[in-house]
Amino acid sequence: MSTSIDFLLWVRGPGFDIALFIFVVGVLIRLLEVVILGRKPDYSEPRGAELGAGLLTLVTRTAPEGGSFKRSPFTVVGGYIWHIGFLVSLFLFVPHIELIDSVLGIRWPGIASNLVDAISAVTIVTLVAMLFSRLTHPVKRFLSGPEDYLTWLVTFLPMLTGYLAYHRMIDPYPLVLGLHILSVELLMVLFPFTKLMHAFTFIIARWYNGAMAGRRGVQS
Amino acid sequence: MSEATLERGMNAFREQMNAPVASFFSSCVNCGMCAEACLFYTETGDPKYTPIHKLEPLRRVWEQEYTLWGRLKSMLGLSEPVTNELLEEWETLIYDGCTLCGRCSMVCPVGNDISYMIRRAREGFVAAGYAPEGIKGASRRAVTIGSPMGVKFPALAAQIKHVEADSGLTIPVDVEGADYMALLSSMEIMNFPEYLEALAKIFKQAGVTWTISSEAFEATNSGIQIGSSDIARELVNRVVVAAEKLKVKYVISPECGHAYTAIRWEGPNLIGRPYEFKVVHILELLDELRSAGRLKTEGTEDDRLTFHDPCQIVRKGGVLEPPRNLLNMVATNFVDMNDSREMNWCCGGGGGVSANERAEELRIKAFKRKKTQLDELNVETLVTACANCRLIIEEGLEEYRMEMPVVGLTEMIAEHLVEDEK
Ligand code: SF4
Ligand code: SF4
Repeated sequence: MSTSIDFLLWVRGPGFDIALFIFVVGVLIRLLEVVILGRKPDYSEPRGAELGAGLLTLVTRTAPEGGSFKRSPFTVVGGYIWHIGFLVSLFLFVPHIELIDSVLGIRWPGIASNLVDAISAVTIVTLVAMLFSRLTHPVKRFLSGPEDYLTWLVTFLPMLTGYLAYHRMIDPYPLVLGLHILSVELLMVLFPFTKLMHAFTFIIARWYNGAMAGRRGVQS
Repeated sequence: MSEATLERGMNAFREQMNAPVASFFSSCVNCGMCAEACLFYTETGDPKYTPIHKLEPLRRVWEQEYTLWGRLKSMLGLSEPVTNELLEEWETLIYDGCTLCGRCSMVCPVGNDISYMIRRAREGFVAAGYAPEGIKGASRRAVTIGSPMGVKFPALAAQIKHVEADSGLTIPVDVEGADYMALLSSMEIMNFPEYLEALAKIFKQAGVTWTISSEAFEATNSGIQIGSSDIARELVNRVVVAAEKLKVKYVISPECGHAYTAIRWEGPNLIGRPYEFKVVHILELLDELRSAGRLKTEGTEDDRLTFHDPCQIVRKGGVLEPPRNLLNMVATNFVDMNDSREMNWCCGGGGGVSANERAEELRIKAFKRKKTQLDELNVETLVTACANCRLIIEEGLEEYRMEMPVVGLTEMIAEHLVEDEK
């Protein structure tokens, strides 16, 4: 018992600090690496404004283009479900909000725990299905390398351990809670070094895409 | 062209690196959705034609040299370098298996503009010596002779004489101070001289002052297709010098799609300054004349017909509505394809693919996409606005034994012009 409490104390204390440091500094470096490259001025006469078109694409790319939805329905629907489920579990579960409040001093209302529980279960199942699709869909399988499976794993583990902790399915409780926190730390540490970075860089990517097309008079 | 080496290729790749490219590579999650937007994947079912996969060499350069983690990995010898073998293997993906149509860039959920990167990646391929012979030859002819098909001014002058004799119209050459300077594509000069006649007819009716330059009449730019900015710059510069010498207000890009991209969007950046004139696409100009009431037509086409959107004019050029406005002026039974405007499917021959004999078999396969679109509609006539698309589509239709006339939009308009009473 005492060792599991020591473990919990470590992951909540120094472990978390280390992970947070790597996450924040790493993400900042990665973003900096992108933006400092800049781009050359465009001397062609614009047909439309870049700013508005870029911002619009940032929003509209969230919905799939009609034909692509028909051609990749599973990727689209599965992608929606688990992204939303993941974000709901992360940001609307009351104990998580308490934690964020204690670190950053900001809070917002959460939703009922049993609702988060149900959403988590759906998310976990969807993530497994997404993995299955990655392993079997000819294109996804062809494109995927170790990094794709690693990022899947470190996204999946916090969901799984969170679910196990909530239902106290592993004894002693401090151990499973500690494992849950550790899995989140793993996610945070790997985040800046992998394609998990898309969670930030997609904003830049969509903006450029929309802006460059908008300049030519096309809403992309 | 100076000696092509891997090192020059690597330098060219590095020159292409910028914030958009870095943000795109950082964001790709290998979801595979871009494959479904690319006709080379949909018609072959081969995952190697997935758009983002075509960029593996450029991606390696980005990861290994532009990310901290990647630099660490390559220092430890953990990453796979870009080699001659890699470029050789990828050459067919990036040239034969991509028309730079830009459709993939419209669907990527994280917003990657993949075709923008493929255009840039070609700079590295050509600098390293990995580009198809067909496009290399076209580029060489464009630089030394002045046109990718080897058409010199005397050939154009002969066509001009023919057209003038046939139609009784005059085609102005080297007229200083005209409002518009028209460019042509070699394909139009040799295969579709009707285009020239159509211009003369329309401009006479609308009272447009125009000219052709004997020094720079070729609009197509094989430098853009092969991916060599040096060649592209030289070709664009000829047009700029001629237009500024003749002091025209506008340069008219012909129907040809890549010509439009070259002169309208890439040109000013290649020469590093804005032009002293504006560039209009012929369809934009015709649509302007139409809305100003200067374009008068009579009679209608009553066939069930559809319009093939040339990628570079529509999706990548922003000329979306003018062709439809013009068609509706003369056609009573115009229907759009299921995926049209900025989501249209490429004919399979853009981006230099049509000049690349090696790619022919693949291109014919990819044409099945257009065939399917046409089969769905059950139309009698296909109208388009790019001499290259037109030739590729005619070949495709023949290959699949489909009987259907393919008509250029400008000529269709010209045929319906109200004859001026003299
Ligand atoms: S659609 Fe975008 S994110 Fe998905 S594989 Fe293609 S480039 Fe990557
Ligand atoms: S630009 Fe067109 S042809 Fe090239 S990869 Fe994208 S969809 Fe395919």
